Amino acid sequence: MSPDIERPGNIERHDYDVVVIGAGGAGLRAAIEARAQGKRTAIISKSLFGKAHTVMAEGGCAAAMGNVNSNDSWMVHYRDTMRGGKFLNNWRMAELHAREAPDRVWELETYGALFDRTPDGRISQRNFGGHTYPRLAHVGDRTGLELIRTLQQKIVSLQQEDYRETGDYDSNIRVFHECTITDLFVSEGRVAGAFAYYRGTGDFVRFDAPAVVLATGGVGKSYQVTSNSWEYTGDGHALALRAGATLINMEFLQFHPTGMVWPPSVKGILVTESVRGDGGVLRNSEGKRFMFDYIPDVFKEQYATSEEEGDRWYADQENNRRPPELLPRDEVARAINSEVKAGRGSPHGGVFLDIASRLKPDEIQKRLPSMYHQFKELADVDITQEAMEVGPTCHYVMGGVEVDPDTAMSKVPGLFSAGECSGGMHGSNRLGGNSLSDLLVFGRRAGAGAAAYVDGLGGVRAAVAIDDVTEAQKRALLPFSSATEGGENPFVVHLELQKTMNDLVGIIRKADEMELALKALQDIAVRARTVSVAGRREFNPGWHLALDLRNMLLVSLCVAKAALERRESRGGHTRDDYPVMDSDWRHVLLVLSALGEDNVNLVRQEQLPMRPELFDLFELDELKNYYTGEELGGHRADASGSDKGDKL
Amino acid sequence: MSAAPEISHGTVASAGRAQISARTLRTDRWWLPPLLTFAGLAAWVAYATVRAFMQEWYFVEEYNYLTPFYSPCVSVGCEPESAHFGRFLPDVWWLPYASLTLPFLLLFRLTCYYYRKAYYRAFWLSPPACGVAEPHKKYSGETRFPLLGQNLHRYFFYAATLISVINTYDAVLAFGKADGGFGLGLGNIILVANVVALWAYTISCHSCRSIVGGRINNFSKHPMRYKSWQFVSRLNTKHMELAWLTLATLALTDFYIMAVSAGWISDLRIVG
Amino acid sequence: MSYDARFRVWRGDDEKGELVDYPVEVNEGEVVLDIIHRLQQTQAQDLAVRWNCKAGKCGSCSAEINGRPRLMCMTRMSTFTETETITVTPLRTFPVIRDLVTDVSFNYTKAREIPSFAPPPDLAPGDYRMAQVDVERSQEFRKCIECFLCQDICHVVRDHEENKESFAGPRYLMRIAELDMHPLDVADRQKEAQEEHGLGMCNITKCCTEVCPEHIKITDNALIPLKERVVDRKYDPLVWLGSKIFKRPGA
Repeated sequence: MSPDIERPGNIERHDYDVVVIGAGGAGLRAAIEARAQGKRTAIISKSLFGKAHTVMAEGGCAAAMGNVNSNDSWMVHYRDTMRGGKFLNNWRMAELHAREAPDRVWELETYGALFDRTPDGRISQRNFGGHTYPRLAHVGDRTGLELIRTLQQKIVSLQQEDYRETGDYDSNIRVFHECTITDLFVSEGRVAGAFAYYRGTGDFVRFDAPAVVLATGGVGKSYQVTSNSWEYTGDGHALALRAGATLINMEFLQFHPTGMVWPPSVKGILVTESVRGDGGVLRNSEGKRFMFDYIPDVFKEQYATSEEEGDRWYADQENNRRPPELLPRDEVARAINSEVKAGRGSPHGGVFLDIASRLKPDEIQKRLPSMYHQFKELADVDITQEAMEVGPTCHYVMGGVEVDPDTAMSKVPGLFSAGECSGGMHGSNRLGGNSLSDLLVFGRRAGAGAAAYVDGLGGVRAAVAIDDVTEAQKRALLPFSSATEGGENPFVVHLELQKTMNDLVGIIRKADEMELALKALQDIAVRARTVSVAGRREFNPGWHLALDLRNMLLVSLCVAKAALERRESRGGHTRDDYPVMDSDWRHVLLVLSALGEDNVNLVRQEQLPMRPELFDLFELDELKNYYTGEELGGHRADASGSDKGDKL
Repeated sequence: MSAAPEISHGTVASAGRAQISARTLRTDRWWLPPLLTFAGLAAWVAYATVRAFMQEWYFVEEYNYLTPFYSPCVSVGCEPESAHFGRFLPDVWWLPYASLTLPFLLLFRLTCYYYRKAYYRAFWLSPPACGVAEPHKKYSGETRFPLLGQNLHRYFFYAATLISVINTYDAVLAFGKADGGFGLGLGNIILVANVVALWAYTISCHSCRSIVGGRINNFSKHPMRYKSWQFVSRLNTKHMELAWLTLATLALTDFYIMAVSAGWISDLRIVG
Repeated sequence: MSYDARFRVWRGDDEKGELVDYPVEVNEGEVVLDIIHRLQQTQAQDLAVRWNCKAGKCGSCSAEINGRPRLMCMTRMSTFTETETITVTPLRTFPVIRDLVTDVSFNYTKAREIPSFAPPPDLAPGDYRMAQVDVERSQEFRKCIECFLCQDICHVVRDHEENKESFAGPRYLMRIAELDMHPLDVADRQKEAQEEHGLGMCNITKCCTEVCPEHIKITDNALIPLKERVVDRKYDPLVWLGSKIFKRPGA
């Protein structure tokens, strides 16, 4: 290796109380909280400050404020969330989420957020799939942007406060942008720091800190068709595994039903659910609104059975049931998949999403401005005149780091996780709008948890082992070394990985295909270890990808392994060979841990039973769809003498 | 940022920036719009200057047509029938007959937010077009005298509103013929069209937009101001078009009246 | 449907660089960013480019295409003829790091200099009441994706490096306008806009508006109204006189 590549000498070092990895909604909210609790905090971001994937969230942020329909409450929100996740959710997380989301949204207004308003001046809320009442605080269809900008500006305001006191903007909270963490340091069984490189210069940097918050988002870049950006390479998932933490629910991936399917270069880019919330309908090539054929039994009560009733719902939601286009995302995605497979798809392999015939052009432009521009500018399609072509796209991973619900701490002391990279909150399927509120609720909890943890240490911190630093450095430079000379192009290996996951562990899964996938992944792992890159360390995309590949591979293994293990279909996990939901699987969590450099170990773990008063929020009849007979024993209906619970 | 060599002709990029010597890499005809603006404004100014100092053919007595370039006519040299506000300025060749108003009209347009853009680009080349380096070594924008005076735009707007009233008055008077009867000719239509365009341009002014409502933060408590602001805002999006339209209608009106007054053509009469 | 296009891409660092010609395949429906990625995957593995969402929402892939600041992900190849040479350079107003990637820290520095939202001190979270018509103007400015194309094209700093010190740029002057129009913000921002952040440098030549990928009317809706508000405060003798004669409490 040339000296320019190796760059011997001291590595830049920073000491912090809390290091937050990821500058999306969860990371920024965590950092704000940690700083508010008096902790010196660093925010590490792979991209520029304010560009995180949170900007892609369009529809809104779910919080039961009851501004539009006063019947809403945290309990209704809680029920919707559990229902959406098919009762596999960590109920404590779902409870905290539903209870705290309104406060988190209101807080944003004090930071300067400007949500759309109701006529009486409160935050307006919109309908969304799976939510009983209008619940999503929003700003047109760019809610994610508002959220990230608001949090970004709050951080700036904290920095201005610090500047007034210390003369240094960065004294208590600093953003390291375009900086990628490649390893976590664990000493004496707890977190000691992290190792990173600056993307711009290629220089290494180490952060010594007793608490690390992972807020790195999802894993979509392991798939070919995805709404996720290049950042979504499962870094937090993989870092947690390698640090000794565990992942749960990794078999559950949400395929958003409506991604763009054409032109090829934008395939996968999201078409917001608001299109359907505002009246858009799905049609197949025969012009039929096919969603009426796909209402599952568990939802029969809540959804309209005729087009007339569905259409009436937009004007009068009290007296009509909602149209089936607004079923939870997994249902809609599967339905579209089936239509395309049955040969009733659109020319480019999707189905038609029609808003043009449902709303006036100026109304469409007003309600869905960024969708209008997205199609106009990327596909040359005028959505006020013609239907969009849409199809499922890999959108969100429900699985993630297993954490304590209240503190967001993982199995590893000092390692916290929030947002998409933590698991449990959404169960087997996430409702639209619950992601932004998840970021805020658990971002704050992770920040607070980390601060409390640091306080609890009483000044005693684990030291980073110097050998670990050397090791991390060596690992990071491997793609440049002579050991990999003549190795493969990382872009090629990445494409192979994406294709494998897309084709073999995609939206509909089969045992034999997943076994093939596991074999293929082993093969790709070998090749990934020897990818080689040319050029220099400054902003070298080949090198960056080579390092990200490691993470994607480990995460893909987790997905494939867990998906093969779970022999039922539930939420974001659909098995062709086990097509129905099985109550015996509801209480089973599949827990993954690292096994050596690139292998994982899977064990089954029992889900904790729901607290009785939460359990009683549901009607027994509904629970019967999900629970086994003996699990229903503690329900209020059961205690009051009814014996219905035993008959299942 | 210690070393900061000035870009003069786009040949040297500041230290640290991408070293690209081309003044612009634009491949379209970026020079065309500023050239057209330059030609259009220059032609108009030339015409207006000639006409302002001509001191004849500004009034058609028979039909009471007075060109806006001579309104109000307040020089002792004015034809008595054309002077509705008295005659008191001395009749010398270097003093236009409408000297009371012309400077304000000129300043209203000179400080107009649209014309500023137009002449900064087309005359001062600052910048000639987006992404094309300007030739000046120093730039201080509108922070110093005399350009600091651009901030007085609203006063010239007030004056222009007053002058628009006078122009309207002229246009109304023109419906009365010299013999006292009602008349309607092509000249009337032109005068009215000009006045309508002038009002649209004047009302669509950015200062006006701020004054009627833009400066307040609580529209919801001032529904009338909000409505006015919305109306002006809609017009304001057409401010550029109105600016050019009024140049055209002004010149056309003036030319028509000159032509009738000089006897080159006779007014097309509809009534009387 | 595919053809070979002629791309000319600036390659270099903060000291030197040059335009390099690449013949490269183009397929139907592609955007400039796709072509840059194809170059990475085939001919120039270490070609540095910054990008993120690839859907025009994050504002990362800013560059200059044929001399005009654009988002690479939103520039469709069909807007060019098959025979023309397409020149891609980094933003020319900011220091270059490598190839198409520039150091945009100027913008983050300026962002910190703008005083943040100042909520009314006694208003509890949840008690905020604002009418839609009162938030709409600021909402337009909050559509900004911070691609910094306006900051790049503005000749005040593009052609005059020395002005960077005293000029916040269109994006951050718009931020002041956004906060000044916020119905609940209590800070006084108008004089500061002129005296600290260089509003007077703007000569409203509208290039910021021309390049805005979000189609925000930066000049007409933010900068000019802000200039007019400054006039209210600084250059309007009537207002000044009025404030002396009719001193209102708190005014």
